[in-house]
Amino acid sequence: MRIGVITFPGSLDDVDAARAVRLAGAEPVALWHGDHDLKDVDAVVLPGGFSYGDYLRAGAIAARSPLMADVVAAAHGGLPVLGICNGFQVLCEAGLLPGALTRNSHLHFRNRDQGLLVERADTAWTTSFQQGQQIVVPVKNGEGRYVAADADLDRLEGEGRVVVRYVGGNPNGSSRDIAGVTSADGRVVGLMPHPEHAVEALTGPSVDGLGFFTSVLTAMVAA
Amino acid sequence: MSQVVVDVVLKPEISDPQGQAVLGALGRLGHTGVRSVRQGKHFVLEVDGEPDEAELRQIAETLLANPVIEDVELHLPARTTD
Repeated sequence: MRIGVITFPGSLDDVDAARAVRLAGAEPVALWHGDHDLKDVDAVVLPGGFSYGDYLRAGAIAARSPLMADVVAAAHGGLPVLGICNGFQVLCEAGLLPGALTRNSHLHFRNRDQGLLVERADTAWTTSFQQGQQIVVPVKNGEGRYVAADADLDRLEGEGRVVVRYVGGNPNGSSRDIAGVTSADGRVVGLMPHPEHAVEALTGPSVDGLGFFTSVLTAMVAA
Repeated sequence: MSQVVVDVVLKPEISDPQGQAVLGALGRLGHTGVRSVRQGKHFVLEVDGEPDEAELRQIAETLLANPVIEDVELHLPARTTD
């Protein structure tokens, strides 16, 4: 199982994401934003960071990079894609996920261990969890407030597109405590918190984050 | 060459914490008559020849603004009449 991790100019957590992929039992494959080459990977992770310095809007420039055209086309064909933090912002800007991420309501960068409620345990990236399970992974963002028009939020909720929701406090003012959402087919998932920082007891608040990376291995076997 | 201006503002229903922070600072400076501040972005584009409105609108709506949360205003130069 080969899982690609894209590096954009300004990506920070690509190495941690690759490490999480390896700990989950897959082979991480480095992908470069400027190439038109997905290197035949079985899934793709867009890591956290500050691609293009958050210029214009967080994720906006990265979403128009050469490789993202290939990611969008492959995702429409069912390729599992996970966007973490800046990667989630890129997926929203690329139109693969609904909504947008804007400046935190309190204007502070918020960095802490965060409780999450898993509401969908049947996406390509969450089958290692139980529906209703609570997990703890770090959150760290300044522009993590998930927003969309009320009608769109109602539709997303109605379609069960909320994958994870903040519990024990909302770190950024996200609408309806939404921490992560999925595509209609459950193959593309984006979330602001960082599962790749919760894969080893030495450095993480838990090892709950590993579940995202082991899930996709199961999804690929099933596919 | 002509100059085209694009203003991008958050949609009214999207809260603007940066604008609210500016409003708070104005209050502390004694400018109590300002009721609200909305912060946006102002782009100045220099384009070759006569501006192509359709293309500029596409640029504004697909890159300069995120239509999920932002509205755009396109300001084309006044057309010169011969």
